[in-house]
Amino acid sequence: MLYFSKLRIVFITLFSVLFILIASSNLFKFDDNFFDKKINLGLDLQGGSYLLLEIDNEPVIEQKLQNLTTTIRNYFKEKNIKINNIKIDNQNIFFNVSDNDKQSVLDIFQDENSDLNPYYPRFKSHQLEIEDIGLNFKVNFSRQGLIKLKTSSQDQAIEIVRRRVDEVGTNEPNILKRGNNRILVELPGLDDPMRIKSLLGKTANLTFRFVTNDENDRFGVEKLKFENELEEATVSKRIIISGENLLDAQPKMDTQTNQTIVSFTLDRVGAKRFGKATSTGIGKQLAIVLDGKIISAPVVRDTIASGSGQISGGFTFQTATDLALLLRSGALPAPLEIIEERTVGPDLGQDSINAGMIALAIGFMLVIIFMFVKYKIFGLITNVTLIVNLFILLGVLTLFEATLTLPGIAGIILTVGMAVDANVLIFERIKEELKDETNNILAFDGGYTKSRTAILDANITTLLAAIILFFMGSGPVKGFAVTLGVGIFTTLFSVYFIARLFTSIYVSRNKNKEKLI
Amino acid sequence: MIAFNKYYNHFNLLSSVLIVVSLLLLIFKGLNFGIDFKGGTLIELRASDSKINVSSLRDRFNQMDLGDVSVKKFGNDTDFLVKFENKDNKKNIIEEIKANLDKSFGNNYDFRRVENVGPKVSAELLKSGVIAISLSLALMLIYIWIRFEWQFSLGAILALFHDVIVTLGVFSLFSLEINLSIIAAVLTIVGYSMNDTVVIFDRVRENLRKYSDVKIFELTNISINETLSRTIITSATTLLALLAIYFFGGEILKGFSLAMILGVIFGTYSSIYIANTVLVRLRVSQKTVLREDDQNKLN
Repeated sequence: MLYFSKLRIVFITLFSVLFILIASSNLFKFDDNFFDKKINLGLDLQGGSYLLLEIDNEPVIEQKLQNLTTTIRNYFKEKNIKINNIKIDNQNIFFNVSDNDKQSVLDIFQDENSDLNPYYPRFKSHQLEIEDIGLNFKVNFSRQGLIKLKTSSQDQAIEIVRRRVDEVGTNEPNILKRGNNRILVELPGLDDPMRIKSLLGKTANLTFRFVTNDENDRFGVEKLKFENELEEATVSKRIIISGENLLDAQPKMDTQTNQTIVSFTLDRVGAKRFGKATSTGIGKQLAIVLDGKIISAPVVRDTIASGSGQISGGFTFQTATDLALLLRSGALPAPLEIIEERTVGPDLGQDSINAGMIALAIGFMLVIIFMFVKYKIFGLITNVTLIVNLFILLGVLTLFEATLTLPGIAGIILTVGMAVDANVLIFERIKEELKDETNNILAFDGGYTKSRTAILDANITTLLAAIILFFMGSGPVKGFAVTLGVGIFTTLFSVYFIARLFTSIYVSRNKNKEKLI
Repeated sequence: MIAFNKYYNHFNLLSSVLIVVSLLLLIFKGLNFGIDFKGGTLIELRASDSKINVSSLRDRFNQMDLGDVSVKKFGNDTDFLVKFENKDNKKNIIEEIKANLDKSFGNNYDFRRVENVGPKVSAELLKSGVIAISLSLALMLIYIWIRFEWQFSLGAILALFHDVIVTLGVFSLFSLEINLSIIAAVLTIVGYSMNDTVVIFDRVRENLRKYSDVKIFELTNISINETLSRTIITSATTLLALLAIYFFGGEILKGFSLAMILGVIFGTYSSIYIANTVLVRLRVSQKTVLREDDQNKLN
């Protein structure tokens, strides 16, 4: 156990020097592309905001079912099957047909080539499930159908979220999917997420609809409140143009009225429809509805054929800017709710870094002094190993561009405390060996060999705990699992290669010395 | 040689009492779950005006109808930690609070940290925390079962349960907050306690093979003594590192390092006084390990 070949010594030295260099690269700024890896600081250390958003898919499902009822009705009409009493209740569609048609309806729903009910061969499932419940048919989304629906609304939502966050212009935001109905937004360096939160909280569903007093409007009517929550107006459900028809939106100052407005440009289809509606609707009130509330309802005075217009509604410059931003980035497919928020201010982050570093330095010093007092020359060897170990640990974290969090720093300090364990096990074993063995070399060799299983056991148990933490933990705690787990490997390396190398050199030079340890 | 075995019975009794008391505390007093597991909002606030203190802050927050509000000093005189249920899960609660505090205190304060955990997320975090701890215990069980005879496994697992339950018992007794980092601490305790037990067990097994005429009662004591200096040194260096975190690592790491300190102390104690006494009570002998050796040979 004490023999080292020249090649191995060279390898160990190179390896250690390499990692020391990598670790120290964090202290300097390399401008070139030679080596640009760095340990990332977690949000708890550099300050920033962590937002977990959940997509509320209920309205999407409702809407899809609503559309489906029309599709089903029309589809079977073509096939000369009369659908009766179609209605939606609790996310199920119910309808009935005459007894003669029952089988053909079932066949159409269960046909794998059906264009009414898409089949996903990979999951051996249809989009919709149909059930014959006596009088009625019950149709609802299958498990796979729901999953498809959720992932597609998640895909759309993450795109919109990304656009909105980018428009605000924070540095290096991190936007990720979580499960099939959540979106994680990490915003480093942002200490007041208020604006982004309010932007993400809005669906931004914009529609232009006429105000009507005709209760028998062909499309149905609904009562909507104005933004100020006081006034109300009856608005037709017929949508003239919607947010999808917008090409651009910008905040502007209206020079005539001295008001802040949002001016918008419509696409071709939108411009045409807007032109037509304004020409037939002169004198009527056109309600501009955002997320179910009326922003304003100006009276149409002229035909607007230019495809551009403006929204006024008592905006401040900030609210106009935000509305324009929302309109530009598009509407979310479904409302988002912020279900978890963690924000750390940059000065607290810096305080945490400082406290962590002080604790690391003090913990390190205490352990080093303790080991030196206890083992003298071998304590010194352990201490050198410990320092190299720390560098290798930081080097590995740099290489993997791992994220360092406050608990992560605690993990490093803990690694320092526990790293001596392996060396202590070895040294104590050597002491025991020396009781009946006078040959130093044999005793040291025996100490290393006989302590091996205990060291392995001890490290595997800690590693198991770290692995579970890594997979179950989130954010800062994950950072702890990373440093603890990586620390185990670097510790074993430094104990079995570096410390053993020093020990072997020292022992072979003092072969005949008594009471070596 | 220290006669640890003289006190096996005494300490077994003590451990049983500790476990029962801890369980009673956990059942009847329960744990003080932080917002990570209970849901709610936390604000760490730094004041630059001496008018802002615990009672003036409590006054302000109580007027806002936020459910249960707790206001505490956090580390020093200018830092405060405010926690409340946010039971209606209001959307713009932070902005409302800011507006309200601005009225009384101007801008002589600063939110250093804001955490808001919805009820759904907190329930999930609690579930995954419980799963993580159970999974780690199960993994340790499997590992030790592969490595040692069943008597040893039982001893190690009982020691683990003791450490986890008593550490949580202390947290319950002093109403210390349980948050995500405490789960991390408990998992690390599980690893550490196992580590400590395994080192002694390794020696017990070695000695069982070596001496055929020494009774397990004596043999465990010999093994404990032989590994004692290692036990002391490792727990000392680990505790030194943890004390450094506790005293200098900032307020956020206080609970985490305290849980770990308790865990290291209980873990060291249980390796000696629980894990080993299980071996004694199950009358482990040379046959126990030799039988396994024979089987390994046959395979």
